[in-house]
Amino acid sequence: MKAMMMGFAAMIAISVGSYFVLQEMGFSADAVHSGDAVRLD
Amino acid sequence: MLRAFLVLVLCLGLLPVSAPMVSAQETVTDRSATGGAQTLEDILARQRGEEVAPRTGDAASAARDLSGQLGTLGGASDPDLWRALRYGSADITVSSGGEVASVLMQDGGMAWLEFREGPLAKYGGYLLLGTIALLLVFFVLRGRVKLDYEKTGRTVTRFKTMERAAHWLLAGSFILLGITGLLTLFGRMFIAPYISKDFNATLLLASKYIHNNVAWAFIVALFAVFVMWVWHNIPNRTDITWFAQAGGIVGSKHPPAKKFNGGQKIIFWSVILLGGSISLSGVSLLFPFELPMFMKTFDLMRSVGIESLPIYGPLPTALAPHEEMQYAQAWHAIVAFVLMAIIIAHIYIGSVGMEGAYDAMGTGEVDEAWAKQHHSLWLEELQKKGEAAPKDAPKNATPAE
Repeated sequence: MKAMMMGFAAMIAISVGSYFVLQEMGFSADAVHSGDAVRLD
Repeated sequence: MLRAFLVLVLCLGLLPVSAPMVSAQETVTDRSATGGAQTLEDILARQRGEEVAPRTGDAASAARDLSGQLGTLGGASDPDLWRALRYGSADITVSSGGEVASVLMQDGGMAWLEFREGPLAKYGGYLLLGTIALLLVFFVLRGRVKLDYEKTGRTVTRFKTMERAAHWLLAGSFILLGITGLLTLFGRMFIAPYISKDFNATLLLASKYIHNNVAWAFIVALFAVFVMWVWHNIPNRTDITWFAQAGGIVGSKHPPAKKFNGGQKIIFWSVILLGGSISLSGVSLLFPFELPMFMKTFDLMRSVGIESLPIYGPLPTALAPHEEMQYAQAWHAIVAFVLMAIIIAHIYIGSVGMEGAYDAMGTGEVDEAWAKQHHSLWLEELQKKGEAAPKDAPKNATPAE
């Protein structure tokens, strides 16, 4: 059970971490596929 | 007098009808400039409510000679340009969106959508439901695989904490990815119409966030599991015996096996290869248009002489960026369905299907009787290393340090 919890905790940590890392990298669709000539707001 | 008046009225009444007929006959007298197709005069005549004579002659062939701007039937049209636009080979400049946005027309979308909502959902769903049904039938017929030897009370360590943590990291992420993937595919079919579109939209938004981010946990776990267990999963001769005796699952024999038996090796390599393929197509989908893989794959297949595939037909020779994504999504889902079916069977045998199997991944400790029944060669290795009590040890004896 302890190992299972460790695995699930690692899953949450990696997932949340990847979310923030990808956002920092400009991963979102508007960051990747829009330019100055396109307004999304 | 009265008769003369009626004749005059009748003539006046008929006059507007007969006049256009004369006019139409006049407009068709000279259509040489259009090769027989209608002229501006014809159009104006029709707008006046007059009848226009039908097209005459071979207008298409006549129009080929026309080169003036705005010539009838597109005499100044450039079929090469339109063809290039149609098939995505025109030299297009776009203000944003890069190479992808320069494809103005691609027709793979409908075929992909029809495949996704048709055969993919249908046969994928049947596969999962069929697997569950088969396992239920098997459970009813075979029952649980019981422990045939008397429990010794001594346990051996089957999997260490790190191994189990990696397994649960892989398992937890795969289950989340599977559920969110199924919601993405089936939500519009089974949730939106019966619960609500808003609920489905909220569910899919959450699914998207979970799927896109938990994917990395799955990839990390896949790599960790591969590194830890690949050595134990290299096929060997004992696997042949194991398969010949159906792993003891059917029948009463207990074929010898090392740490992983033949069935577990099938699971392992399925997870690694199919999971690896799902990961690659998934990363390709996570970074749209940046990591196209299918044209390279098709080129590679052609280079080894594979020109077509059963059911699919000839391999494509060119793919628009969007088609690359459509192929990636279709492949991602097909392979995921197959792996989900395999994992459902794995979950069954690791839980209700076999007595004592869950302990291996639960506490990591299994009774020596269980190890002897299912992994006798592995137990012997442990006994030689002193990590398990000798064969003739009395019940509840502790293994030698």
